[in-house]
Amino acid sequence: MEIPYTVDVRPDTGLSNGKFGVWLFLASEVMLFAALFSSYILLRVGSVEWPHGYEELSVPMAFFNTVVLITSSVTMVMAWASLKMNDFGKFRLYLGLTILLSFVFLIVKYFEYSHHLHAGEGPWHNTYYAIYFTITGLHGLHIIGGIVVNAYLWGPGAKMWQTAKERFTNRIEIAGLYWHFVDLVWIFLFPVLYLL
Amino acid sequence: MDAHAHSVDDIKKSVKTYMMVFGALMVLTIITVGVSYVHLPVVAAVTVALIVATIKGSLVAMFFMHLLHERKVIYWVLMLTVVFFIFMMFVPLLTNSNKIPGTTPGTMW
Repeated sequence: MEIPYTVDVRPDTGLSNGKFGVWLFLASEVMLFAALFSSYILLRVGSVEWPHGYEELSVPMAFFNTVVLITSSVTMVMAWASLKMNDFGKFRLYLGLTILLSFVFLIVKYFEYSHHLHAGEGPWHNTYYAIYFTITGLHGLHIIGGIVVNAYLWGPGAKMWQTAKERFTNRIEIAGLYWHFVDLVWIFLFPVLYLL
Repeated sequence: MDAHAHSVDDIKKSVKTYMMVFGALMVLTIITVGVSYVHLPVVAAVTVALIVATIKGSLVAMFFMHLLHERKVIYWVLMLTVVFFIFMMFVPLLTNSNKIPGTTPGTMW
């Protein structure tokens, strides 16, 4: 049985099912992070003292990671544009760079986490570190999820390019939407947790 | 640019836009960090940080996620999401006028 509307658009939505589905998923993701941001506001407003992020965390490391994640968003959209221009070689290069940058982000995060944990500043240390580890931990899990999907599309999943070019291009666009969302969340996390 | 565009010329134009957006995001990131070193009062710092972050987020959504030229149904889904998001952000602030024993609400800013 053929899956409907993987390439053709549905007459009622004007979109392929995959694209509409991922936007609905991202809407639910917005609410997931909204709950945590809301918790952050509640904890901060209700506390007697709240540390400045720049006194507790490493701003240079987070700045570097912000640059890494923004760059990975560019390479992701370039991977999609390469397929649109029928250049599979460049697609492989750009998606490969996206995956590489994702690992760089996680490695930097590992050094940040291990520094704080060795200093006894785990999630149990105070409310600030509890919300810091919860939100960045969830974001990190999203990075890992993105790596798994992108690695599949870079490797075995790329075979689809030989048989269904347009469908594969749609898959990359959808994976890109998710990846840009992960970048977008970090764009707000960085100032909220590190700079204020 | 337009996710529905198919011609190679359209995509090449989009690539130029992506590079310009990339440059703008880098500049805004530097501004965000630069402002944090000024150590503004908390209300001003929060305002500036959130305005810059919103501009950056909008650039990502409009250009990289192709929201600038998207179908109406997605705009409706996102508008509903934004309404709930704003609601969730403001609900905790109400607690600021609800005194918690042992704390002094409203003084943290």
